[in-house]
Amino acid sequence: MTVTDLSKKPLLLLDHVTMQFGGLLAVDDFTNEIREGELVGLIGPNGAGKTTVFNVITGIYTPTKGRIVFNDIDITGLRPYQITHLGIARTFQNIRLFSDMTVLENVLVAQHHVLSNPDADRILVKHGKPRKGHGRFWFWRAVTKIGYLKKEKEMVERAKDLIKRVGLEKVMYEKASSLPYGEQRKLEIARALATEPKLILLDEPAAGMNPKETEDLMEFIKQIRKDFNLTVLLIEHDMKVVMGICERIIVMDYGRIIAEGTPKEIQNDPRVIEAYLGREWESV
Amino acid sequence: MVFFLQNLFNGIMLGGLYALIAIGYTMVYGILRLINFAHGDVMMMGVYFAFYAATLLSLNPLFSAIVAILGAALLGFLIDRVAYKPLRNAPRISALITAIGVSFFLESLAVVVFGAIPKSFLKVFKDRTILNKVLTVAGARIPLLTFLVIFITVVILIVLFFIVYRTKIGMAMRAISMDIPTTALMGVNVDAVIGFTFALGSALAAASGIMWAMRFPNVHPYMGFMPGLKAFIAAVFGGIGSIPGAVLGGVLLGLIEIFLAAYFPAFMGYRDAFAFIILIVILLVKPSGLLGKKIVEKV
Amino acid sequence: MEKKLSARTNFILTVVFLIFVALLLYLADRYMDSYKLRVVRLIAIYGIMAVSLNLINGITGIFSLGHAGFILIGAYTASLLTLSPEQKAMSFIIEPIVPWLANAHTDFFTATVAGGVLAAVFAFFIGWPVLRLSGDYLAIASLGFAEVIRIIALNAISITNGPLGLKGIPEYSNIWWCYGWLFVTVLFMASLVNSSYGRALKAIREDRIAAEAMGINVFKHQLLSFVIGAFFAGVSGSLYAHWLTTIDPRTTTLGPMLTFYVLIMIVLGGLGSISGSLIGAALFAILFEWLRDLEEPFTFFGIHVPGIKGMRILVISAIFILVMIFWQRGIMGREELTWNNLYRWLFARRKGGEEK
Repeated sequence: MTVTDLSKKPLLLLDHVTMQFGGLLAVDDFTNEIREGELVGLIGPNGAGKTTVFNVITGIYTPTKGRIVFNDIDITGLRPYQITHLGIARTFQNIRLFSDMTVLENVLVAQHHVLSNPDADRILVKHGKPRKGHGRFWFWRAVTKIGYLKKEKEMVERAKDLIKRVGLEKVMYEKASSLPYGEQRKLEIARALATEPKLILLDEPAAGMNPKETEDLMEFIKQIRKDFNLTVLLIEHDMKVVMGICERIIVMDYGRIIAEGTPKEIQNDPRVIEAYLGREWESV
Repeated sequence: MVFFLQNLFNGIMLGGLYALIAIGYTMVYGILRLINFAHGDVMMMGVYFAFYAATLLSLNPLFSAIVAILGAALLGFLIDRVAYKPLRNAPRISALITAIGVSFFLESLAVVVFGAIPKSFLKVFKDRTILNKVLTVAGARIPLLTFLVIFITVVILIVLFFIVYRTKIGMAMRAISMDIPTTALMGVNVDAVIGFTFALGSALAAASGIMWAMRFPNVHPYMGFMPGLKAFIAAVFGGIGSIPGAVLGGVLLGLIEIFLAAYFPAFMGYRDAFAFIILIVILLVKPSGLLGKKIVEKV
Repeated sequence: MEKKLSARTNFILTVVFLIFVALLLYLADRYMDSYKLRVVRLIAIYGIMAVSLNLINGITGIFSLGHAGFILIGAYTASLLTLSPEQKAMSFIIEPIVPWLANAHTDFFTATVAGGVLAAVFAFFIGWPVLRLSGDYLAIASLGFAEVIRIIALNAISITNGPLGLKGIPEYSNIWWCYGWLFVTVLFMASLVNSSYGRALKAIREDRIAAEAMGINVFKHQLLSFVIGAFFAGVSGSLYAHWLTTIDPRTTTLGPMLTFYVLIMIVLGGLGSISGSLIGAALFAILFEWLRDLEEPFTFFGIHVPGIKGMRILVISAIFILVMIFWQRGIMGREELTWNNLYRWLFARRKGGEEK
């Protein structure tokens, strides 16, 4: 039984991606293809290189070898802000919210890129894709407020809508740092969604959540995939989440892919069990 | 050849003086990630201490120097205790801004207490012969003072390396520069060691300042600003956080400065600007400096 | 729900306030003695310096110590343009002035704008290398650049008249020019900060990596902030030169000490707050003038105390250190003095807390 729906278009291709930091080989010859609409899990013991893969995809690191192709565009070596504009969003393992800004402002910031990314737009146009930017001279329009107020109103409406969807309207005007942990995670996801991505990378979204919150999160991820036409790649340690919602799972250890398949296949794969030394499986 | 030799020795001497000051910067930065803007001014205070020890207390030059060095060490320790320690857990910018404040405070304190009118360090020496003696080496006339300074600098460096690499407290200093919480868990009194680091760096700066003043006797409240800034540049050049780097950076900077001024006299006025140009080039090309390690920020 | 005043109320309050301020300025201009008026004019000039540095340091989080360099560029550019060819020919006694500057002569407004533009151009080129550095290094590098600019001003005698400086600069900075430019600066800044770009800059301050991950070209935005800050610094430099009437590249007038003063203003007022910067600038100007008395001999309870030179900076540095240790957020913190906030602070409490 093939686990990948070959009728869906390939969205992200990692082609022999290797990431080396001096003497440390963090990612070793990682090759995988993620198709549109998939919900894929990336698991592995601590230090396996999962977050590094995210960082390479999003451009924080340039791979030592290999290339990354997203939506038919070679994004290897592009800067993170360009990659976000092209349609990949992410959350962080150790939440990176804009602490001193309100929930609303955090989500609004994620919409700024459509006003100020001419070079990323050029990349899109060169590859025959529609521009995502909303025109030019937004800086001057913003300062003089000529032709700007309507845009601001639109952005605020969109932001409020997203905030309502994740259930955070009550704290919309609170500072991000004052939110409880679970709500901070939700805010991070709302913020990522605000960038209008095609692909969203979630780095341990369930970390620190209790069972009820985790269940809500699982539903939430499935829902946003549907509502926003997303492709989801997530890193998780919580096997309930991974086995519960992922259609396909990639297992890493020491920077390499050691196994790949459906949840059922992975559960019974001896290599995977060995890598985890049976520890994680107790919680399933 | 003669010209070259003269400039070579001058450069090494100047470089040695920069190196001693640079070490103080690099030690503090290595531990606290703080650029102690006030360091150059501590050097200035050290010079004034020596001056007044000799002129008011009539101590001989050697004792004046010792008193001044101890005084500067105490001053450095106090500055950390009063101004920087309360901000240990604050954002780094706050400590940095405070350091600037301390720098201006010390300078204005010197203006108020010692007066803005420059004083001559020659007054410290009742017997000036040692300052004026000139040796001839391979045809080049080089002041004895230059050799003396280089010699003393080397001795100080040997003592320093002994302290840092062969004593317990030196080991504590090195440990703290890598990981403060863990070192604290090992039972080290982190605050005391940090205080000691400041004191040690300040003592070196004062020693350097005194020798500087012997060579360039113009003593005034702002005399620490430029040398301090250049010494910091030297520390970055050599690799911030690395003591050998500070020495290397200091000596190289001194040599470059002297040779540029000697062979391109038209740029005399821009002499100070070269140090900054070196800084900017280094920060762009190899920010970790000549001997430093690259630190990758974990995301 | 946040209790807000309507946009109309806001507008009306602001207009009334501005008319009130204009009236005060008119009265000051007519009736104040020239000494006090000088301080009032200086407050506006400091205000522009503070607000422009606040954009770079407080809002964008770029720890720049090079502000004095941009102020210097603005001061010299504008002065060289407002001085008549005859005055310039007379001043440049060490080396004659370069021919292309000798006959350049224009009005105050154009000269000020030119000062700002040239400072902005310098900032653009300086920003490229400097903004790639992290916090502490950036501080030193920016300080280094400011020093290089000052050293060039000291040595390029045929352009700047070197250590002699420029004297006899016409005192154009009257109260209307000063506060007029202050108004433009604050308007620009407030509008910028209250827009998507303002949020982007604040996001960069909060977390550069996250900001970049949200699609913000961090470098471009930092450069933008730097250049804009430099422009207004240049403008303030021109106003300052035409208030001082004589400028030179010594460390006290246009060197690191000036950057330090502006830093004190924005820290005291609240790093990141525009209104805070204005309050800080005013307080600093008044304090600095008031402390001038300390440097003159005075009688204290019958005891004659001789004047001590340099006491001013000593006291101010001490205050600064104390503020940093005990009261880092400054007067306004990161909040602004908006009508909304005033309303909330004054009235919301009485109702027993915020309405939900």
